[in-house]
Amino acid sequence: MHSLLPLPFFHVWSYLQTQPLMGLTATVCAWELACLIDIKAGHKPITNPTVLSITMLACALLITHTPYSAYFNGAQYVHFLLGPATVALAIPMYANWGSIKRHFVAIFISLTTGSIIAATSAMLIARALGAPHDVLVSLGPKSVTTPIAMAVAQNLGGQPPLTAVFVMITGIFGTVVCTGVLRLARVRDWRAQGLAAGTAAHGLATARMILLNETAGAYGGVAIGLNGIITSIALPLLVQVFGF
Amino acid sequence: MVRSIMMLLLCQLAGTVVQEGTGLPIPGPVMGLVLLLGLLVWRGGPSQSLHDTAGGFLKHLGLLFVPAGVGVVTELQVLQANALAIAIAIPVSTILGLVVTGVLMQRLLRGKADA
Repeated sequence: MHSLLPLPFFHVWSYLQTQPLMGLTATVCAWELACLIDIKAGHKPITNPTVLSITMLACALLITHTPYSAYFNGAQYVHFLLGPATVALAIPMYANWGSIKRHFVAIFISLTTGSIIAATSAMLIARALGAPHDVLVSLGPKSVTTPIAMAVAQNLGGQPPLTAVFVMITGIFGTVVCTGVLRLARVRDWRAQGLAAGTAAHGLATARMILLNETAGAYGGVAIGLNGIITSIALPLLVQVFGF
Repeated sequence: MVRSIMMLLLCQLAGTVVQEGTGLPIPGPVMGLVLLLGLLVWRGGPSQSLHDTAGGFLKHLGLLFVPAGVGVVTELQVLQANALAIAIAIPVSTILGLVVTGVLMQRLLRGKADA
C-alpha cells in the first residue's frame, strides 16, 4: 500500500498512522455505515452492526497493512467507554428489581446452573479437541456480555481479543437458534425464555427477545448482569477444579 | 449529564479500587455495577438524568464492542489452529446453556404468576 502512494500522500498517510484521529474516525464511520446496512436489511441476525463493523475494519487493517496497535491508538477512546457502560447495566436491572426479588431463588438456581454448564461444556469440548490453555480460558466467559467477558479472560491469563471474538460468535449463534431450541425443549414461559437467551447468549439474543416479548426482554437484561457477576466468581473456581 | 457520567465513573473507580485492593476475581466495572445497584436499591431509583445517560450508553453498547472485536486480526492464526474445537464447543455449549436455563426456570416458576 505505502509504495503505491505518491510521495506527498505517503507523508500524510504515515503521519496519520501515528495519530489517534484515524482509528477513532474509522470506528465511528464503520459503525454508522453498518447501522445503515442493518436497517436496510431489516435487522437480520447476520447484519448485526457490531459484527459488520468489526468485519469491515478488520478487512481494512489487513488490506492496508495497518498494525492493530496503530488502529487501537485511536479506538481506545471508544473501548474505554465499556467500563462505564457495564456500570450502567445497573439501571435496567434496578427497573426490574421487584420481579427479580420475587423470583430471585428461581432465577439464581436456573442461571447459575445454565451458566456453569455452558462454560464447563465449552471448555471440556475444546480441551478434548486439543485447544491449548489460553484458548480454553478465553472460551470460558463467552456467554457473558463482552466487557465483563474480556475482563474475566484477562484475569485468568486468556486473550481478551480472542474472547471478544468468541462472545460475538456465541451471540450470533444464540440469536439464530434460541427460539427454535427453546420451542423444541418446550419452554413456553416468556420469563424462562428471556432468562435462557440472556444467560446463554448475552445481549445479542436478548435484543431478539425484546422484539418478541417485553417480559422476555426484561428477564434477558437481568440475565446479562447477573450472569456477568456469577461468571466472574465461578469461572476462576471452575478453571481450578477442572485444571484448564 | 456530567453528574451522571461522574456517578458511573466513580462507581467504576470504587469497584476497581476494591478489586485491586482485595485481589478478588471480579472485574472492577462489575463491582461498580453491584455498587450502583446497591445504591439505587438503598436510595430508591435513579434520577432522570442518570436514567437517560445510562440509556444512552446502553443504546450504543454495540459500538463499544467494536475496537476489541477488531483485535481478531491479531488472533487469526490461533482461530485457524483451533477451528474445529471452536466450531463444535461454541454451538454445543450454547444450546446446552439455553436448554438447561430455560427448562429449569420454567419448572421453578410453574404456577407462579408475575402479578
